[in-house]
Amino acid sequence: MNENDVRQMRMSILKAIEHDGRVDLNELAIRLGLDATDVANAMADMEKEGIICGYQTLIDWEKTDDERVTALIEVRVTPQRGQGFDSIAERIYKYPEVDSVYLISGGFDLMVIMEGRSLKEVSSFVTNKLSALESVLSCATHFIMRKYKLNGTVLAKKHEDERMLVTP
Amino acid sequence: MRDPIAKRVADMKPSGIRKFFDIVSEMPDAISLGVGEPDFDTPWHIRDEGIYSLERGKTFYTSNSGLMELRKEICRYLSRNYNVSYEASSEVVITVGGSEAIDIALRAMLEPGEEVIIPEPSYVSYVPCTIMAGGVPVVVSLKEENEFRLTAEELMAAITPRTKVLVLPFPNNPTGAIMEREDLEAIAKICIEKDIFVVSDEIYAALTYKGDHVTIASLPGMKERTILINGFSKAYAMTGWRLGYACGPADIISPMTKLHQYCIMCAPTTSQYAAVEALRHGDNDVADMREAYNERRRFLLHEFKRLGLKCFEPYGAFYVFPSIKEFGMTSEDFCTSLLKAKKVAVVPGTAFGESGEGFVRISYAYSIESLKEALGRIEEYIASLR
Repeated sequence: MNENDVRQMRMSILKAIEHDGRVDLNELAIRLGLDATDVANAMADMEKEGIICGYQTLIDWEKTDDERVTALIEVRVTPQRGQGFDSIAERIYKYPEVDSVYLISGGFDLMVIMEGRSLKEVSSFVTNKLSALESVLSCATHFIMRKYKLNGTVLAKKHEDERMLVTP
Repeated sequence: MRDPIAKRVADMKPSGIRKFFDIVSEMPDAISLGVGEPDFDTPWHIRDEGIYSLERGKTFYTSNSGLMELRKEICRYLSRNYNVSYEASSEVVITVGGSEAIDIALRAMLEPGEEVIIPEPSYVSYVPCTIMAGGVPVVVSLKEENEFRLTAEELMAAITPRTKVLVLPFPNNPTGAIMEREDLEAIAKICIEKDIFVVSDEIYAALTYKGDHVTIASLPGMKERTILINGFSKAYAMTGWRLGYACGPADIISPMTKLHQYCIMCAPTTSQYAAVEALRHGDNDVADMREAYNERRRFLLHEFKRLGLKCFEPYGAFYVFPSIKEFGMTSEDFCTSLLKAKKVAVVPGTAFGESGEGFVRISYAYSIESLKEALGRIEEYIASLR
């Protein structure tokens, strides 16, 4: 397999598993017309290289009786000499409550997504931890009221097949 | 009272698929692999453009031939994908699905008694449209050992002095067969020698899984004797929008447009605006859908091999056409009994012509999960027969 074949194989594997992390490797190889060992090796390599960072489950917590609150927090910070935003980003993402951290262009610098059990828990984190960090200038917290679509999956309603049963 | 119905209509056989549809309809909980349309929704940006056209009040007739903007995009699309060039102003007509294009092409070209060569198994409308146009259908039975391609020998054997048109339905519904360049070259040579016109139904062209689709119109000397038919239903998952087109020499497209003008006026305006968006920004959608179909195709063929179900490898459309001859049943009996025993609907090959006997059409316009569930049941069913 030359470099281009490997790249193509990797892309088609990633495309296939991006929305289905549980797919059986043998079945995946059949679907992609590839050798099962090659697929397994490619996946192992991509895990090692950090291209595949994990296999997670998409859960609609709304449908459980577990109460959760998600917030998007816009954070403005002072970049630090020699390190830019990296070190402040690290100080923030090390908190286990923090789900995601993005460096953003535009009116603020970091977008922090966090999950808590209640509004109070989130506000207390923002007030006591996040805002208290030395280089943080301001925070604007947006609470999520409903998730319609998550990682490409529509949570709202199930898709039904409306086609007639038999057509030419 | 007199019989209100014309004899030629009364004599027309009801579509073979209709009968099967009636049986399936009584079993709403059956798993169907019997559908001849994509399972994907029309990509949102295309639907959105249709909606936007309504908001802007684009609710009037277009010109008979269709929006100039759309005809131009079609010409660009055919030129960039299939290496064939048409004049938007005189060589394209936008139709209500590929099916209207088939009808008006045959009606425009046939004198009473002229023969139309129709390879079968194939889509259900070629024979009735030929008859309604006053022509005489001459059916060529395609063979599994040729992967259901039309060979030069088969074509030669069907030609008579009355032959005028060859219908070329590839990629094929129901077999999934394709015609590659060298197959088409052999056919083209005969058509030129014998002065035969081709109605090339290429509605599944975008769904080809071995190399790129080749249109016979792109071969030397063929553009002037070919009506190329394509549309948006299969490639862009737009069946309900009812939009297709025919391209060909102006002296055939112009009389076709005359027929179209009297019976249709123009294709639906909303659909035409949506189709412009499809051609401009839909290439990636088509590529993604094609890849999804291809994965299912490989999966099904692998499973058939595991089950010991004989099936040639089809490289087009979204159908596989396995042989059920080993079970010593007719296609119809096989399908009916599979439906009753395991509640899985597949379509008898005979719905697409007598030469479909011994085969069934299985559509893979379904998710892998549905295919797996259905295959499990088919496996149990054929185990009970063996």
